[in-house]
Amino acid sequence: MRFKPVIGLEIHVQLNTKTKAFCSCPADVFELEPNSAVCPVCTGQPGALPVPSEEMFEFGILLATALNCKIHEYSRFDRKNYFYPDLPKGYQITQFFHPLATEGYLELNGKKVKIRRIHLEEDAGKLIHSAETITEAKYSYVDMNRCGVPLAEIVTDPDIDSPREAREFLEKLRQILRYIGVSTGDMEKGALRCDANISVIDTETGIQSNKVEVKNMNSFKFVEKALEYEYGRIVELMKEGKEVEKETRGWDLSSKTTISMRSKEEANDYRYFPEPDIPPVILSKDYINNIKSRIPELPDEKLLRFKNEYGLGDYEAKILTSSVQLANYFEECVRITKNPKETSNWFLTELLRFVSPEDNFQNLKIKPEHFKELFDMVNNREISRNIAKNVFEETFKTGKNPREIVEKKGLKIVGDESMIEEILRKLIDQNPDKVQAYKNGKTGLLGFFVGGVMKETKGKADPRKVNEIARKLLSD
Amino acid sequence: MSNFRKLTISEILKNKGSYIKDSLETIKKVDEDIKAFITINEKAEVLPGKFSGIPIAVKDNIVTKGLKTTCASKILENYIPPYDATVIKKIEKAGFTIVGKTNLDEFAMGTGTEYSAFFTTRNPWDLTKVAGGSSGGSAAAVASGEVVAALGSDTGGSIRQPAAFCGVVGFKPTYGLVSRYGLVAFASSLDQIGPITKNVEDAAILMNVIAGYDPSDSTTVDMNIDFTEYLDKDFSNVKVAFPKEIFGEGIEEGVAEKFEEFIAFLEKKGVKVQEVDFPELKYSVATYYIIAPAEVSSNLSRFDGIRYGNRIEEEGLLETYLNTRSKNLGPEVIRRIMIGTFTLSAAYYDAYFEKAQKVRRIITKKIEELLDEFDFIVTPTSPITAFKIGEIKDPLIYYLMDIFTIPANLAGIPAISIPFGFSNNLPVGIQIMGKKFDDARVLGFSRFIEKDIPKVFPFEEEEK
Repeated sequence: MRFKPVIGLEIHVQLNTKTKAFCSCPADVFELEPNSAVCPVCTGQPGALPVPSEEMFEFGILLATALNCKIHEYSRFDRKNYFYPDLPKGYQITQFFHPLATEGYLELNGKKVKIRRIHLEEDAGKLIHSAETITEAKYSYVDMNRCGVPLAEIVTDPDIDSPREAREFLEKLRQILRYIGVSTGDMEKGALRCDANISVIDTETGIQSNKVEVKNMNSFKFVEKALEYEYGRIVELMKEGKEVEKETRGWDLSSKTTISMRSKEEANDYRYFPEPDIPPVILSKDYINNIKSRIPELPDEKLLRFKNEYGLGDYEAKILTSSVQLANYFEECVRITKNPKETSNWFLTELLRFVSPEDNFQNLKIKPEHFKELFDMVNNREISRNIAKNVFEETFKTGKNPREIVEKKGLKIVGDESMIEEILRKLIDQNPDKVQAYKNGKTGLLGFFVGGVMKETKGKADPRKVNEIARKLLSD
Repeated sequence: MSNFRKLTISEILKNKGSYIKDSLETIKKVDEDIKAFITINEKAEVLPGKFSGIPIAVKDNIVTKGLKTTCASKILENYIPPYDATVIKKIEKAGFTIVGKTNLDEFAMGTGTEYSAFFTTRNPWDLTKVAGGSSGGSAAAVASGEVVAALGSDTGGSIRQPAAFCGVVGFKPTYGLVSRYGLVAFASSLDQIGPITKNVEDAAILMNVIAGYDPSDSTTVDMNIDFTEYLDKDFSNVKVAFPKEIFGEGIEEGVAEKFEEFIAFLEKKGVKVQEVDFPELKYSVATYYIIAPAEVSSNLSRFDGIRYGNRIEEEGLLETYLNTRSKNLGPEVIRRIMIGTFTLSAAYYDAYFEKAQKVRRIITKKIEELLDEFDFIVTPTSPITAFKIGEIKDPLIYYLMDIFTIPANLAGIPAISIPFGFSNNLPVGIQIMGKKFDDARVLGFSRFIEKDIPKVFPFEEEEK
């Protein structure tokens, strides 16, 4: 490959603290009535002052720990000044000069993607335009609910080698966010937002293109798609010997391309300076360590443990540890069933047909005990595997005991040989031609008789026994 | 009525009585001349509490729920705040009644209320002169006896200088003692709310009401100070310093004479007074006029006409911003926004803002060193007495006037202005600065001096 992309990410994570970053309004404002979660502070009323939330720092420390960062005891807020109607104060409170954490990494497929910094800041509001686009709109409304929602901004080094890897990085990050419980990490809802810097190296000449910033990628898929497109665009320009402009481009969903938003010349000067309304934040070692000690087992550790402790393959373990709640539920079940392999099989083939790893497993109607009951019945040959699947589904939906379902519906395997024989004899009497054909060598017709019994018994007959008896009777 | 105009908080506390009506009537009678008030509180009523019945005026950059707060700016001409500043909650809970909101230089930027978008407040001692600024309305309202006391704000001398010009007491507390929540920010790292009163005792009483840690302002400190603690103490054995740089260029002869008289007065009372070198003093104005405008340029960004305030609606967003701000903000405010925008820009940040921060630390260190050696530093509050309205055109002359008051803001220390006689029939103020959180002793020492100064009122002549 002659050309190689060089990608760095800037990610904004909405922290799901109870309150906003600098006031006591709720931080969870998704789909609330516009301007219903606001106060003098977050709407930038004259005279109002910000007071930083402690929980925001707790969440920031958890995140920085999970991303192996150096956490600074001294951090400070700064103002980033610019005008926009969604920014009530005319500046954003952020951490420019002294971020909360620096020098971390996230391990992805055995490779360390370096984290340059993590800093805390506040979110802006939302504009709602009177038409599809801002240019067509006659007027716009400002919804300030989101103003002041705490964000952690994560900046990576340009260590990412492909659009695919960028996507995987984000997916892994989301998994970690959810493991440590600091954010929903929902890209579609804007709780996780990503901008990317991409440049391309021509490995033959060693020439590296200018950096292009790509924005507006609001799903994992679009991050990959937009970067693929942008990579292709830059490579084309380089092949033609054309200059790659240093600019900001936005992913355009309808055309599936990136479109220029602004060039370098229009770059803003944000006039950063220390936020005088908030004294520097000093976090003691004890405080930091205390929060660090609350960090739960992270995905990589859990994956390794699942493989070692339960003897699971990489694929199974990966799926079962994809979310904390799934992993926890799995372990609860294993504690009861004492059969990790079987439990894993049922989780992968059955349970995950009905639920997604992100669902709440504590609310499931099917309980760990039910798994054990089901396994026992299958192992004791009381019900067939197929029946067991149906019973599972019913238990999953209703929460009824598997054994109860089996008994009430009479789903127990029919092992009574005389009953199977009786049904077979009836079939043989009714189909002398088929019997003759079987005897003449059309042995495939055995299935006809076996199927007939299964149909008559509604699938409850023990298939091995039916086969055995049918073969015997037909050869008589 | 005539009695009311001289009344102090402590006197009313002793004799009780409600003076809200007297205050409103006095305002009606004299404010046409004084022009201290932008808004009269039509709903003023007697409130329960220890200070019930005492009328107070509030500078119009401190927000009052439901009562117009303009900052003397066109952009907030009709702004009615949805909340009360912390100090407002405190004074009302204590029983004070706010009778009106007083004039100031637009957003408190100025030294004579001449930069008010509405009108210039007149000095009760001479109506052709300014009352000082930026808390000129509050100082004039107290000096003319329209109210018993007032609140002002001080960023570079805005409480002390008008108090000096009007012959009343103005106190700027240690930074962090009084909540700024609800004070419309000018320069956040320098701003502090404080009392303007007829005597030192009232200033101490009012400080006990308004000071205290506020969970809504992270720059407030949790300290329990009784500001009246030292009011009757003997201060004859303290050590006082005055910078020799005071007598440099720019000081009015009459003021210099009064200051020398003051030094002699102190010595006579047994106080040890020593002249000291304070060469850093001359950098304080330049330092201040880098830091304050930088903060201004950011603090005033919110006045964009989008959420509140006057808006001049144009076709596009940029045009709306430009017109709204250039037509609704005054020339001094715009000048400072431009200076601050320049000094904070990436290319000049190190050369100006960062450098000024360093000089600020140097000045602060020097002051702290002096205050390690001495109990107090004294200066004239202003190098001049009240000047004629419209007389000064060059903003630089305005800026240089703040030379004695600015250091206390840069260092965050307490500083007071108390009247000390007259020069050319205009009041002269003396400034006393003390250590951080030594506010009660600054007030105590001021009271120790004040006791020997005869109290006169500007309205005595007219009443005779």
